[in-house]
Amino acid sequence: MAEETAKKPKGTIILNKEICKGCSFCIDFCPTHCLEFSKDFNRKGYHYPILARPEDCTGCDLCGLYCPDYAIFGVRFRDLEKLAAAAPAA
Amino acid sequence: MSSAAINLELPPLQNPVMKYLRQDRIPHIWCPGCGIGTALNAFIRALDEMQFDLDRMAVVSGIGCSGRVAGYLNVDSFHTTHGRAIPFATGLKLGNPELKVVVFSGDGDLFAIGGNHFIHAARRNMDLFVVCVNNFTYGMTGGQVAPTTPLGAIQTTMPYGNFEPAFNLPYLADSCGAVYVARWTVYHIKQLTRAFKEGLSKKGFAFLEVLSPCPTLYSRRNRLGDGVDQLKYYKEKSVVKNGADTREVELSFQGEIVVGKFVDRERPTWLEAMNEHLSQRLGLRYQPYGVRHED
Repeated sequence: MAEETAKKPKGTIILNKEICKGCSFCIDFCPTHCLEFSKDFNRKGYHYPILARPEDCTGCDLCGLYCPDYAIFGVRFRDLEKLAAAAPAA
Repeated sequence: MSSAAINLELPPLQNPVMKYLRQDRIPHIWCPGCGIGTALNAFIRALDEMQFDLDRMAVVSGIGCSGRVAGYLNVDSFHTTHGRAIPFATGLKLGNPELKVVVFSGDGDLFAIGGNHFIHAARRNMDLFVVCVNNFTYGMTGGQVAPTTPLGAIQTTMPYGNFEPAFNLPYLADSCGAVYVARWTVYHIKQLTRAFKEGLSKKGFAFLEVLSPCPTLYSRRNRLGDGVDQLKYYKEKSVVKNGADTREVELSFQGEIVVGKFVDRERPTWLEAMNEHLSQRLGLRYQPYGVRHED
């Protein structure tokens, strides 16, 4: 099947879409071009980014560095355990 | 579909910069496409990577869009009157010499209203780190012409184009005696983070100019597109020249941008100079100020 041949993603993004202002910094400067504008709006009427090609995301966190609204950041799957241990209990 | 499957497995993670911000004030007031948020993001990343002791630092801002930084950062911060960020920071530094004082403000605040304070703090080599977010205009008040507006740019108060020559900020800082002078744009995010780290660890008057888009006023009046179009312009037209002569790094309207670390030198700071001079003149009668004693 297609899923077996598909690339295994190395990372993903985490998005707080309600504080996004749709400036498209993350979409235009993503090194693997895996982000796109959503069709939906957030509560303030902005289009927020979505991970359109999740298999390409490396979790490099360049989107998180560029984001002027602190709405998006990338994580690598191999760092997940460490990050989850450091995260405050939700 | 696969992304949804992935997201379900993720533990609840928080953006790594959020713990440095006053979260009740987020989302901030900066426009979509404004670069100040990105500059602050780079500053926070630098603090995070250095594991900087937040109890030993203070952030001082003036008035303007960039002046809001002091209100959003969850460190000891002060939002001063217009143009007086550097005098306040000087007093803070002299009152508690163990603090690292960062002045985070805009071009209008630091160079128009507070220009006099800037040149004297640089002349004295006061131990401050001054970050100037330069967006070529007065953003908060409606896009009036600023001392950094390049020749020919259209502003609300210059409807036929600006005819006043602009400041060359790195040259001004260099000639006044700053020990560290650098310029980066918000497009150069990794280099900007490194420059923040260098400025935070530099002793003496460090100056960093951050070029940032103003999509609502500067870009719109000049029909330059959105914030992201300005970032693409920075990407195309910027040339990295570390150690370049600051006389040659002047900015022009949509012209070439020379970025890099221009000056990195050593000079005694104001406190060091005072302690050394008074120790020589008064001998043991003088107790050096701001020096940690071993006893």
